[in-house]
Amino acid sequence: MATANPTVQSAGPISGSRSFLSKLREGDEIARLITFIFAATVVLITVALVYELWTSSVLARHKFGLHFFVSEAWDPVLDEFGALPFIYGTLVTSAVSLLIAIPLGIGASIFLAELAPPRISDTLQFFIDLLAAVPSVIYGLLGIFIVVPMMRNVIYPALNKPFGFLPIFKGPSYGVGMLTAGIVLAIMVIPYIISVSREVLLSVPRDQREAALALGSTRWESTWKVVVPFARTGIMGSVFLALARALGETMAVTMVIGNTPKIAASLFAPGYSIAAVIANDFTEATGELQTQSYIELGLVLFLLTFILNGLARILIIVTTQKGSKVSN
Amino acid sequence: MKRTAVLLMAVLVAGGLVWAQGLLINGAGATFPYPIYSKWFDVYHQKNGSLQFNYQSVGSGAGIKQVTEGTVDFGATDGPMNDEQLKAYQDKHGSAILHFPTVLGAVVPTYNLSGVSGSLNFTPEALAGIFLGKITKWNDPAIAGANKGVSLPAGDIVVVHRSDGSGTTYVWTDYLCKISDEWKSKVNKSTSVNWPVGLGGKGNEGVTALIKQTPNSFGYVELIYAAQNNIPYGTVRNAAGTFVKADLKSVSEAAAGAAKDMPEDFRVSITNAPGKTAYPISSFTWLLVPSKIQDNAKREAIKGFLTWMLADGQSYAEQLSYAQLPKAVIEKEKKAIAKVQ
Amino acid sequence: MGGRLRWRKFVSNFMLTLTGVCAGVSVAVLFFILGYLLFNGGTSINWDFFTKLPKPVGETGGGMANAIVGSAKLLAAASLFGVPIGFFGGIYLAEFSGAKMAGVVRYAADLLNGVPSIVIGIFAFSVVVRPFKTFSTLAGAFALGLMMIPITLRSTEEFLNAVPRMLREGAMALGASKWKTIATVIVPAAYRGILTAILLALARVAGEAAPLLFTAFGNRYWSQGWNQPTAALPEMIFRYAGSPYEDWHRQAWAAGLVLLGFILIINILARTILARGIAAPRA
Repeated sequence: MATANPTVQSAGPISGSRSFLSKLREGDEIARLITFIFAATVVLITVALVYELWTSSVLARHKFGLHFFVSEAWDPVLDEFGALPFIYGTLVTSAVSLLIAIPLGIGASIFLAELAPPRISDTLQFFIDLLAAVPSVIYGLLGIFIVVPMMRNVIYPALNKPFGFLPIFKGPSYGVGMLTAGIVLAIMVIPYIISVSREVLLSVPRDQREAALALGSTRWESTWKVVVPFARTGIMGSVFLALARALGETMAVTMVIGNTPKIAASLFAPGYSIAAVIANDFTEATGELQTQSYIELGLVLFLLTFILNGLARILIIVTTQKGSKVSN
Repeated sequence: MKRTAVLLMAVLVAGGLVWAQGLLINGAGATFPYPIYSKWFDVYHQKNGSLQFNYQSVGSGAGIKQVTEGTVDFGATDGPMNDEQLKAYQDKHGSAILHFPTVLGAVVPTYNLSGVSGSLNFTPEALAGIFLGKITKWNDPAIAGANKGVSLPAGDIVVVHRSDGSGTTYVWTDYLCKISDEWKSKVNKSTSVNWPVGLGGKGNEGVTALIKQTPNSFGYVELIYAAQNNIPYGTVRNAAGTFVKADLKSVSEAAAGAAKDMPEDFRVSITNAPGKTAYPISSFTWLLVPSKIQDNAKREAIKGFLTWMLADGQSYAEQLSYAQLPKAVIEKEKKAIAKVQ
Repeated sequence: MGGRLRWRKFVSNFMLTLTGVCAGVSVAVLFFILGYLLFNGGTSINWDFFTKLPKPVGETGGGMANAIVGSAKLLAAASLFGVPIGFFGGIYLAEFSGAKMAGVVRYAADLLNGVPSIVIGIFAFSVVVRPFKTFSTLAGAFALGLMMIPITLRSTEEFLNAVPRMLREGAMALGASKWKTIATVIVPAAYRGILTAILLALARVAGEAAPLLFTAFGNRYWSQGWNQPTAALPEMIFRYAGSPYEDWHRQAWAAGLVLLGFILIINILARTILARGIAAPRA
């Protein structure tokens, strides 16, 4: 580094070849310190958040222990709280949403990555990104006024009449319920599956496709049997990402799930999710134990999304790196 | 870049400016009296431009919690605070919290049945049975027996209850406890209970919305919600054996007995009241006011409102289907306002 | 062989068309949402909506003026809180930090990013509402600002790193100190991308209702200053949509249209800024 700096040079590594004082004078150390403080704040805030969740749920954790995860009770009168109905509702609605969103999402991403010319692909991706930007309350609004009536008038009769003997399609229709919430969630997570899958598919090196085609496969076969498997881990990563989003979704689910902390086999039954119950009930939890139970629920949700997000990231990185390694 | 910065600063400054409209007093709680509180606070603000009462209708449970926490200046509930909650408040603040009845209201059984636009009659057994999940079809004899001549559908009853901590729930479950031992032992009464069946709606508003939108539904709401939204509500057989529909007269009659023996702290239940034409699921609703308010301006504002509420305010009750407080209760309350210091 | 090939070709065309349908459906949903909001909300938007306060329960009319201003205040304060932390933190990561510290900060930011918004609301309630004993714009802004930090941080770091080495080295060769280089050369070179990220972060938190439930709480009147509860558009939509009043439903649609319009405009703005600027690495 050629610097016209007349101050005394002290021996040392190249980056520290100027004395601390001179750096200070030139403001670099201050700049470093200031930006360090901001960066450290981020870490502090995150630590504080986890700490707060952990310590504010201590009563509930000690009283219920692991029993919290398998108990179905939610009885404010008896002060008995169990998370099972909420975990169940969260998992079921997320599962339903993925069942709908994965085929649609992967299909769309294949189209965008393999078939569409770049300009169309980019334009459509742009619109899909806008879909991801629609806030949850608006999905909830549409859920209440479009999906709920549709569920009652169209979907329920279509599924219950022929398949009503199956436990998942049994029972009366309320309009609201776990299936409704699952459908709304599906719409919300499709953009995540599409945009990430599209990227990983695009990162699959050309020669994979070309090799398959050269061997006589059809376009579809080369895509489905060669490209997609190559990008399989990344696509799975996109699914985990979508799942993480679905699990934490609050407003849209609260507005259409039926707010019933019960476990039911039927998809038409009302249910409750972790995020929804916290949103509805947190401000009125009377008694320390109940409040802390909600915070413990929040902790559970946080851990779930944390693990999923981490896994997703690993999977996506692995795939994109694989792509660049193979093509070299 | 510069322009956005200037814009940002402008918004910040504007946001920080006092809009020269004086004092904001925050309250939260019951959805049961929300229509009348909303009207009162609006009228009171017209009269006293410098005072704004911001009331959030979040349910009695939240009202009790928030006023205990101290995050709002007053609360509101239709399920009076129990001794444990009173003690919790006392322990936290070192002073008591006071209940001030405001109006009388009724919780009515309401439903959405195609072809039925009038009032169905409900026996106490029917009500308990439906909410316990034992009566599941609309044409069950327990319901049909009281409604000869009405053709009830064979469909499943979609029960709707409150998902949040609710004074309306307290009143309803309080009544069910009195008329059904099974309910009392299985579910008991509270602002938030472990419901055997049904969908959860948020607030009286949410329950009303669900009933309006869901065919064959059945739930309980405060009278004005059914009336304002034009959904039919039924009669309930009272302790004297008469099927009574909720209205100003029947609700006032339910309170008549209690007015004479009103306890000092105003906490009283008037469900299943004696009286030939008393409506059995009536209730007072209370404002929860701390007995010690530090801020002078806020204290005076709240006391001023309470005084007005007991006088001119009462005249707004009837047009919104709430019954006025009995005179004896009003007199007692006027004296109690002095306890707020 | 010919028959088998024809079948495979048929399957190929069929499946590929199906993928096109999937893509079409996904994009169509967006337009359906927009259309529906425009139809239901557009007819409800009038001058009153933007200028009047809410009316008492059950009465028709009134508007959401306080919610619009409330949302604006929340977003302004949230940006003031979240953007500097993210921005300067990002500078630290890109310019000053060693690998280990960088890893820790990035990990923390990703963790924060993944926290469900309702949990952020719980945190903000404990840290701001409880101690101050009041629901407030500050508390809401704190929650929203927290959500803006990770996006701002990561993007700042990425776009700063993308600035070509030559610019950096040229400045240093001319004798500029490190911080001068950053301030006068590197950041201006990356500003497009960073601005885009800030706008996108803003668009994301503008629509959040969950963290506001326990912090901003809602207000039927104007919220004065920063330490009082405030109405906000997403929270009003939630409240009105769950009510039985037709008039409130109407207003919820209108609010939805305004909110979504705002968010989409910012998104489009952000992406066009980015597209026109220096080529940036894919997020």
